[in-house]
Amino acid sequence: MSPHEVHQGEHDATNAYQSLSETTEHDDPRWAFGTGFEDVEAEISAPVPEGTDPADLAAYCQMLGDDALIYSQRLSEWVANAPELEEEVALANTALDLLGQARVLLSRAGHVEGRGRGEDAFAYLRDQAGFRNIALAEQSDDLDFARCIARLLIFSTWRLALLHRLLGSADPVIAAVAGKGVKELTYHRDYAARWALRLGDGTEESHRRMQAGLEWAWPYVEELFRTSDEERRLVEAGVAVDPAGTREEFDAVLAQVLEQATLARPEVAPVGTIGGRSGRQGIHTERLGHVLAEMQSVAREHPGATW
Amino acid sequence: MTATDERSHHAFEDEFQATIDADQRIEPRDWMPEAYRKTLIRQIAQHAHSEIIGMQPEGNWISRAPSLRRKAILLAKVQDEAGHGMYLYAAAETLGVDREELTEKLIESKQKYSSIFNYPTLTYADVGVIGWLVDGAAICNQVPLCRCSYGPYARAMVRICKEESFHQRQGYELLLAMVNGTPEQKAMVQESVNRWWWPSLMMFGPADGDSPNTQQSMAWNIKRHTNDELRQRFVDMTVPQAAALGVTLPDPDLRWNSERQAHDFGEPDWSEFKAVITGAGPTNAQRVAHRRRAHENGAWVREAARAYADKQAAKKQEAV
Ligand SMILES: [Fe+2]
Ligand SMILES: [Fe+2]
Repeated sequence: MSPHEVHQGEHDATNAYQSLSETTEHDDPRWAFGTGFEDVEAEISAPVPEGTDPADLAAYCQMLGDDALIYSQRLSEWVANAPELEEEVALANTALDLLGQARVLLSRAGHVEGRGRGEDAFAYLRDQAGFRNIALAEQSDDLDFARCIARLLIFSTWRLALLHRLLGSADPVIAAVAGKGVKELTYHRDYAARWALRLGDGTEESHRRMQAGLEWAWPYVEELFRTSDEERRLVEAGVAVDPAGTREEFDAVLAQVLEQATLARPEVAPVGTIGGRSGRQGIHTERLGHVLAEMQSVAREHPGATW
Repeated sequence: MTATDERSHHAFEDEFQATIDADQRIEPRDWMPEAYRKTLIRQIAQHAHSEIIGMQPEGNWISRAPSLRRKAILLAKVQDEAGHGMYLYAAAETLGVDREELTEKLIESKQKYSSIFNYPTLTYADVGVIGWLVDGAAICNQVPLCRCSYGPYARAMVRICKEESFHQRQGYELLLAMVNGTPEQKAMVQESVNRWWWPSLMMFGPADGDSPNTQQSMAWNIKRHTNDELRQRFVDMTVPQAAALGVTLPDPDLRWNSERQAHDFGEPDWSEFKAVITGAGPTNAQRVAHRRRAHENGAWVREAARAYADKQAAKKQEAV
């Protein structure tokens, strides 16, 4: 009799425990891609749609992927810091959904680019200028729940509007991410809107803080609707949507939520560009360098390691 | 107390004891001795606090996880722990206490949590070793609790154990990947095992001779095995897994005893254990301060939610 058979048969769950050293079979779907994106994984190697420049498509996948990745990174700072356990679960879940979207989009970027880069090469080995995310994603909310909710409301309203329009994208991976993402972002937006109401129309203090949270996020709103050259070309190929076209929907949703929450739409100047360039062109705020320094530290410390 | 009260009190007690003796469940509405209720509140609260405090050491590595797959796995795991805390606080609430009150006791250090979370996570290998050894030891402790005499606790444990065994497998799988990676990665795993092995054995609590509450808890079917029995089981399960990983468990006295059909092993440093459970471990102050900060920073948010709910209820009232 081998030592680990001593207690066999007493309890089912301990048997699962005992079988550890005997099997490494990954029968649970959560093993494969981590977040239930297996259905999309199969499509990552689909051909580039006709009439589409692969470089543009790779760049666009990085834009959508980096928005999700960097914002997910910021949101996960809330783990073990949320005001209530329900919020722990909801914010971590939102970060996980976005991370899942990022992984598929960055994998697709790597495939389309054709230079053998996988999701991790994009996340861990690019420098700041290689990232294509919008500035809103990379800011630190300094664990202020009002800022957290303001950003989530803005980001999810905008991204949901984009993903709705991307359901019919000529790129099958983007269309698939949109398909799953619309359900996820609908929940994120609803969650943020419900909290905006509670904070806006809660106590005097929460009203003041929520209004300040909005003022904090608002300078980064204008960038969301600026159209990059890659996007302009990809709109014609039926792959991308023009973000400028989502402004009306965004404004309408925000107006409705803010009014109900007794909050005012901020009147603040947007952050400027450098020669017309911003996040989509790899020009970032000072914050991104810090995000990357932390996110990439272990991966870069161990070149050639497998995790 | 009148004579009738006393008679009915005895009848209740007999009924309670009969339920326990028949190995059946006590439910929230059933009569139960005050000491039984108190013991359960203390144990379930301590367990809930452990889930929540346990988010900190692993949460420490979410932002630095070295691959996106590992990041997703870790984030999902830590999220599960928040869920476990919620189920357990809900189970405690069936005994007439509430989450807010228990959280206050935690941040005032009036209630304990598992000693293991008073150790720091220093490398990414710690994420794997915690999954393997700490979730592993938790499973050994918790699987018998699925048959605990108190219904809501037992049911919460069934749900939790399933997820814990998943965490354990994921931790082990990370370690397998690391020991098959670079020599530096393998060394990282060994160094981490060296730090976590003894604290993991201490998770089962003091030796049976020093565990005064065990007998009563076993008589009430809250506990099913003694600390030493569970510790022995854990060691016996873990040794072959360590061999499969190719790591050494840092105990020169660890060997198979064919007579006992079990492993002999050394004695944990009980003075370190006492220091850790009395607040003098490596991260006690940090963990409690972190939890307190998060709770206090959230006070205005919880207050706003209450105020909003009150306003909405008042509006509904007006509309009627
Ligand atoms: Fe747990
Ligand atoms: Fe766990």
